[in-house]
Amino acid sequence: MNYEEWLTAVTLTDDRYVVLTAENRAAIRNLPEVLGDRFIDTGITEQALIGIATGLALRGRIPIVHGLASFLTLRAYEFIRTDVGMTNLPVKLVGSIPGFLSEGNGPTHQSLEDVALMRSIPNMRVFCPSDEQDMILGLQTILPDPSPWYIRHNPLPSPVNHAPFEIGKAEVIAEGSEVTLLVYGMLFEQALIAYQLLQQQEMSVGLVNVRTIKPIDEETLLKVALQTPWIVTLEDHFLTGGLFSIVAELFVRHRLSCHVLPLALEGRGFHPGSLPDPLYQEEMTAEQMVQKILHTLRRN
Amino acid sequence: MYPSMTSIHPPSGDFSLTYEEIQRLKARSFEVRKYVLQMASRGGCFVGASLSCVDLLVYLYSKFLRISKNSLGDPNRDYFFLSKGHAVPALYGLFAVLGFLDPQRLENHLKPNDFIYWHPNRNIPGIEFHSGSLGHLLPIAVGVALDCKLRGQSNRVVVLLGDGELDEGSNWEACLIAQAYRLDHLILVVDRNGFQANAPTEALIPLDPLEKKFQAFGLSETTIDGHSFIEMERTFYKIPFDPGMPNVVIAETTRGKGVPSLEERVDRWFCKLSGEEVEQFIQELYG
Repeated sequence: MNYEEWLTAVTLTDDRYVVLTAENRAAIRNLPEVLGDRFIDTGITEQALIGIATGLALRGRIPIVHGLASFLTLRAYEFIRTDVGMTNLPVKLVGSIPGFLSEGNGPTHQSLEDVALMRSIPNMRVFCPSDEQDMILGLQTILPDPSPWYIRHNPLPSPVNHAPFEIGKAEVIAEGSEVTLLVYGMLFEQALIAYQLLQQQEMSVGLVNVRTIKPIDEETLLKVALQTPWIVTLEDHFLTGGLFSIVAELFVRHRLSCHVLPLALEGRGFHPGSLPDPLYQEEMTAEQMVQKILHTLRRN
Repeated sequence: MYPSMTSIHPPSGDFSLTYEEIQRLKARSFEVRKYVLQMASRGGCFVGASLSCVDLLVYLYSKFLRISKNSLGDPNRDYFFLSKGHAVPALYGLFAVLGFLDPQRLENHLKPNDFIYWHPNRNIPGIEFHSGSLGHLLPIAVGVALDCKLRGQSNRVVVLLGDGELDEGSNWEACLIAQAYRLDHLILVVDRNGFQANAPTEALIPLDPLEKKFQAFGLSETTIDGHSFIEMERTFYKIPFDPGMPNVVIAETTRGKGVPSLEERVDRWFCKLSGEEVEQFIQELYG
């Protein structure tokens, strides 16, 4: 079952759900016909889109709001903070084509600060699924949750069968004693391959799918820091404010010392292109990341 | 309970107000203006922008909106959104007059033990949504109006906007959407006092011809004297002006209305008044 089929089934059974979009229907093409009046397209208006979702939530609805991640989180940022975040209304924001998933669209469409922005909003929770199966597993819990959420939409096929989802709990794929890879979103597949490649080098490697960025699974992250001398954070996001920042904040707060190799985009976007080309360009394919990890670990 | 729509406006009735009703509304406005001036002595507030919309608020809550102290959470109530949030002293003053709020609480203005400050807070009974950042509440009102329509309910949704606030693009996005979804139970009331924070609107970013802008966006527009209860009564009972079209009432008002020393003054946006000034301005209110 894909995202659209799942969303159709869920929204049809509970009329509290309304689906909104600012004319971004790629993931929900067939919903308007099925959902009728509960599908609301506001046109290309991200700010009003958030206001309208807020008004609907005030009336007891649970709005599921679709927009391109970069326009939704950046253009409507103050609306999300002031209307949705401050009032703690159950608005679910689904940002499509985040990170590398914007492929050939170019810099205007590259959402590489959305995690940093959304996690800094009061009450807002953030879910970055590794693939479509992970996304649907998470949404089963997230849609009925009373908090506002930002979800990094991810329609990629799943390379593994995921464990059940719990808010604030990371999915530990493997534990290791030398290095642990922490990853969220579409880079999960590359991280999984990197994990296998490192294992072939006879290393003891851990792999964690972080899933909810906020609330973060402090317990698992702290445990990893005690288990392994090295942590690698992988994210298709700017270095500032994402997973690396979260790990750094957490470890400093708990007076933990650990080597962390952050693999992220540093201060600039990526060269537009069809996947997997941008991964090669930014040296974020599994093979390239393994090279960096081995180089860094051996040098130290 | 609040009166039903039909009991407010019998279809065959006379829609002009009686002399006694006008006197009653004027007395309410006077009380509200006094509260505004008193709040300005406790740390200051946006006096000019508050005084311009007092008569509109008094009319709407006294004659038009189906909102009462006992129906603040009723899903069938009408909705009022104060988008020009800095005018909240006028709304709190009115809430004190209507009994939504203990008048004593107005003395908590800017105190740490209450939620009464320069912009609205949802913890105050009767405040539907917080505001202060301009251009927010019209989109929210569109969302509320859409839901009322989806549920087949007849709630009327009123938003009071400042004229300066109309610079914000989100308002025009919301107008486009409101006309697309044919929200004829949505009512925009523009407090057209001719000023934004530091300048007359027409000297900074001219809005005129404002009525034509709204008409071009597919809204049905009427311009009235925003201090005339008779004109308000003659206008609001006609809503919806055109079935299927959102409504706009451009209410021409005077910044600082009621206190001649404050009227039409560019420098009287935010006022911190001394006790003596409050007394003097209340005397001016008496005329």
